Amino acid sequence: MTETRRPKLVTALLLAPAGVFFVFLLLVPLAVVLLFSFGERAPAGGYVPAFTLQNYMDLPARGKAFFNTLTLAPLGTLLTAIFAFPMAYFLAVKTSPKRRVAMLILVMAPFWTSQLLRYYAWMIILGNKGLPSWLAVVGITDVRIINTPWAVLIGAVYGFLPLMVPPIYVSLEKLDKRLLEASADLGATPTRTFFQVTLPLALPGVATGSMLVFILLMGDYILPQFLGGGKVFFIGNALVDLFLQSRNWPFGAAVSVALVAIMFVTIFFYMRFVLSKTDTRRAALV
Amino acid sequence: MTKHPDHISASKFIDELRRYQKGSVSRRHFLGVTGLGLATAVLSSAVPGLRPRKAYAGLSGTLNVTTWPNYFSQENYDNFTKQTGVPININVFGSNEEMLAKLQAGSTGWDVLVPTNYTISTYKNLDLIEPLDLKLFPSYDAAQQDPRFLGPGTIDGVTYAVPKDWGTTGFIVNTKATAENPVSWKDFFALTQGPLSGKVTVHDYQLTTIGSAAKALGYGFNTVDKAELAEIEKLLVATKPHLFGVTSDYQPAMRNGDAAMAMCWTNDAAQLHRDLPEMSYRLGKDGGEIWVDHYAVIKGAPNRDAAYAFLDFILTPDINAKEIEAHGTPSTDARVIKLLPESITKNPILYPAAEELSVLEYGAAETLTNPDRAELMARFKSA
Repeated sequence: MTETRRPKLVTALLLAPAGVFFVFLLLVPLAVVLLFSFGERAPAGGYVPAFTLQNYMDLPARGKAFFNTLTLAPLGTLLTAIFAFPMAYFLAVKTSPKRRVAMLILVMAPFWTSQLLRYYAWMIILGNKGLPSWLAVVGITDVRIINTPWAVLIGAVYGFLPLMVPPIYVSLEKLDKRLLEASADLGATPTRTFFQVTLPLALPGVATGSMLVFILLMGDYILPQFLGGGKVFFIGNALVDLFLQSRNWPFGAAVSVALVAIMFVTIFFYMRFVLSKTDTRRAALV
Repeated sequence: MTKHPDHISASKFIDELRRYQKGSVSRRHFLGVTGLGLATAVLSSAVPGLRPRKAYAGLSGTLNVTTWPNYFSQENYDNFTKQTGVPININVFGSNEEMLAKLQAGSTGWDVLVPTNYTISTYKNLDLIEPLDLKLFPSYDAAQQDPRFLGPGTIDGVTYAVPKDWGTTGFIVNTKATAENPVSWKDFFALTQGPLSGKVTVHDYQLTTIGSAAKALGYGFNTVDKAELAEIEKLLVATKPHLFGVTSDYQPAMRNGDAAMAMCWTNDAAQLHRDLPEMSYRLGKDGGEIWVDHYAVIKGAPNRDAAYAFLDFILTPDINAKEIEAHGTPSTDARVIKLLPESITKNPILYPAAEELSVLEYGAAETLTNPDRAELMARFKSA
């Protein structure tokens, strides 16, 4: 009997640090946000304890922000996945092992520079003196890219590509090349091999990468602020506005709760869909 | 020194300089042989700026200054650090609302703040700034300030903030990019929805954006009347699709031609015009804002001694003049204006004619905390 009790205590103690971490740094702040969302704005801004559902009733006032985020974030994730997959495929399947690490470092290197600097660089490239002026030379005039949703999408793909490539790369690296050979032997064209063998086996990696990028894009505010110039408004921007400009903490808390709820639901269904498509015997994330 | 001739030849000077750089001779020898030591002594007594400064003794730690972008002279701040041994950390904000949000969240660790006139009474009511001890920074002389600008900083006879500089809010037009000639805010918004569609920016700032739209419709700059705000919202939301952007950092857009017209503050206008003379700054004939930025000390500042030493240093007229020349915003201090070159004091952007200023209004304190204006701005940005 003492044998079974001790392991439980040991287990509990081993889990304690992580548990405390999660409780105090994740659950408690979320609870505070939830509590604030039912309060009222103090006269000079801030929070006054109260219980009202008015903040949730006011959520449609930010409808455009929710709409923008819920269309551009998935679209951005999809585009990033489309761009990242060939790159990861090339790295995992077509590059010799000697060169692989160096190329992977090259892909990850932009991540080590400041994100702000990279977005500023795009502001200049997409601004009047950049890409549009080159297009004007060819004859396509009056092109406005900066401060439109397109600029935000370009920025999203560029900014999050280094995040999407590694999971897909890991997934593809584990791919047994003999399966591709077997598929060819059985008479499949390269295209069919890709769609019926490679892609399903790489799906866990794509799912993980997409989830990472999607979560970051949903909460992002720097990207739409710099490349959207105040004209592409995300939920992140709405939150910054509510906490720093209007100082309406209760309403900001309500928007945050709504955002968390939406992400929870979306990711739950997405992961269920992806895991159902993959080999359930090795239901792994890569 | 009597051994040497009364001046040194150029090649010998370079020889001595190299010897000094290599460390073969002492600085004393170098200054003596070249005659630089004597020259400096003579010069410093003739030029007030080179006179030895008051010593600020017993200071330690770092100083945290919260201010606006492009609003100080790095050289001055480095000199302060050299003289006192206190390095300066600068925090930059884009709006007073953000500053207040941070202060309300508490424990900012800031010492010196640069608030705009309409925020001072709110800060005092929220107990965020302390009454200034004028004895601790004698270089400030209230009698030498322009009396127009002394109002907001003093509440019930107690000084909470001293003026730093003043300016106006108008709009800037790139005369090479467009032939249009707007003279009022009414023109500004009409042109945005018309010929200049897609080439105009407004501030990401409720006070000036809502205020200017209010003037375009003939209301008061600081209106909080719900019916008037509804009309303002209609105008702003109709304008939004025609705007290039909603940003307080409009210099890049104006400089590279993305925008032809922008809602603009004095210091940015001065900098743009100095680099690109075709940039023309206009004050709206139907009104606008006149503002005064101040220095204040945060209540419970971690480095209060350094804060007051800093105020004394930065408000010394000749150092203040260097500040003004660096960021270009007009000064409130008569002693500083005397030290500035005519190219600055006669610049109509920086010192507009009196009749242009008469239609301008000061921002009002209630706009800082009014929830309707804040929500209007948020809905406009979200639109």
